[in-house]
Amino acid sequence: MSQAAAIDAVPAPPSRPLSARVFDLLLWGGLALALWASFERAGVSGLPDLFRGSESAGQLAGALLDPDFSRLPFLLGKMLETLQIALWGTFLAVFFAVPLGLLASRNITPWYIQRPIRMVLDLLRSAPDLVIGLIFVIIVGLGPLPGVLALTVNTGGVLAKLFSEAVESIDKGPVEGVRATGAGKLHEIVWGVLPQVAPLWTSFALYRFESNARAATVLGIIGAGGIGQALIESFNSFQFREVSTIAIIVVVTVSLIDLLSQVMRKRLL
Amino acid sequence: MSQTAPLLVARDVSKTFGARKALDGVSVTVGAGEMVALIGPSGSGKSTLLRSISGLQTIDPGKGEIEVFGRAVQKNGRLAGDVRRTRGGLGMIFQQFNLVGRLTLFTNVMLGALGRLNPAVALLGWWPGAEKNKAMAALHRVGVSDYAGQRANTLSGGQQQRGAIARAILQGAKAILADEPVASLDPVSARRVMDLLVELNSRDGLGVIVTLHQVDYAIRYCRRVIALKAGKVVYDGPASELNRERLIDIYGPEIEEAFWEGGAPA
Repeated sequence: MSQAAAIDAVPAPPSRPLSARVFDLLLWGGLALALWASFERAGVSGLPDLFRGSESAGQLAGALLDPDFSRLPFLLGKMLETLQIALWGTFLAVFFAVPLGLLASRNITPWYIQRPIRMVLDLLRSAPDLVIGLIFVIIVGLGPLPGVLALTVNTGGVLAKLFSEAVESIDKGPVEGVRATGAGKLHEIVWGVLPQVAPLWTSFALYRFESNARAATVLGIIGAGGIGQALIESFNSFQFREVSTIAIIVVVTVSLIDLLSQVMRKRLL
Repeated sequence: MSQTAPLLVARDVSKTFGARKALDGVSVTVGAGEMVALIGPSGSGKSTLLRSISGLQTIDPGKGEIEVFGRAVQKNGRLAGDVRRTRGGLGMIFQQFNLVGRLTLFTNVMLGALGRLNPAVALLGWWPGAEKNKAMAALHRVGVSDYAGQRANTLSGGQQQRGAIARAILQGAKAILADEPVASLDPVSARRVMDLLVELNSRDGLGVIVTLHQVDYAIRYCRRVIALKAGKVVYDGPASELNRERLIDIYGPEIEEAFWEGGAPA
């Protein structure tokens, strides 16, 4: 009887609750409002200038199409310097991220240590490496070192967080297996935890090296050595043909590194 | 440590998970060279008891205490300070093997020596030659030495479980605690694993406490059976006296499901 009734009464199609619809309206309406309010301030009203063209733009376009390769060996050396900055920045970041990442993992560190470490990591990550780079330029002077240190701080924070998330998702069985042999805490980590997270950790570190190669280029612009410094110097002395060469070098190098690291990461996982 | 100290003395052990009592005043004594099966329906507390014996789990604070070979493992809900030394004497076998999948079978067995090696050397994995030979001998004994160089996660369940037993052998354990060691295995592998446990018991004199889901295995391989039901010991005696009536008392009317290969006794 009740079954027949259930068949007869076709339920109404599902409808979204009012609260969800109001939320949608607020979300999209708010976004539209924010875009409209920022129109002038962000200078978007000047967009037509992009197509109006100017003398300098024409000059720049001509120079970009005619790169000047006369200082190529010097520039390649600078590119190498940038990669070396990225390499050391990433290496030092991994060096600090390993202990910090373990200390920031809920499943192996007591909360009264884990929580504060997490907060420190959030702080490290929230500071843009450009700002940190400027601070280090003031402390240690111009050159590649402030670039290395800036990458260390920022990447260290990011990697430690990623490392700890990998640790938190491990299978606890093998760790118990190691513990049950009478092993100490450090042995549990080295033999039970690290083998499980090693591929993911390596993949994260490679990925950060990739992005650090890009970041190190930008850092050069604030005086932290490498190809970025050459770029800003050429730009400021209107050597647009050399700017073009530098752009080509950066794009090719960074793409190659992306490719290489992607292949390596794929083989790891 | 005296030779005559029993493998296990558990006194009035309780363990509460939330509102559920997994163990409810369990008192059990197991002699040094005994082979005992722990049986009971799912959720009866047999795994909890086994994990408490090796201190992988703390019991409720109170008067409950657990001693292994005369040494306290835990008391009043706290692990003893030297629990690692006690664990070194207990080889633990898990249902899911708990080998480290990305390490070779050989390295997994070597981990059994962690407790007695120089900690710094063991951290780097510089195993002494004599220990390496012992590890290979243990793998050979359980019949999986051919796979020593393979990653543990590339091996079958039966091979991994035998590797886990080799780890316990290398550990020099005086007793084996096996938590559902055959529940994830096919019957052929399961029998090999059980035969190995029996051999370690009868030939090497190791005590064995094994939780089993399959009553026929408990009866076939162990002389003494302890049955738990809702966290309480409801039977402790010879396997031969486990008749149908007692089993119905433990498992309820669906006892056939607690048998894997053979039927229930009449």
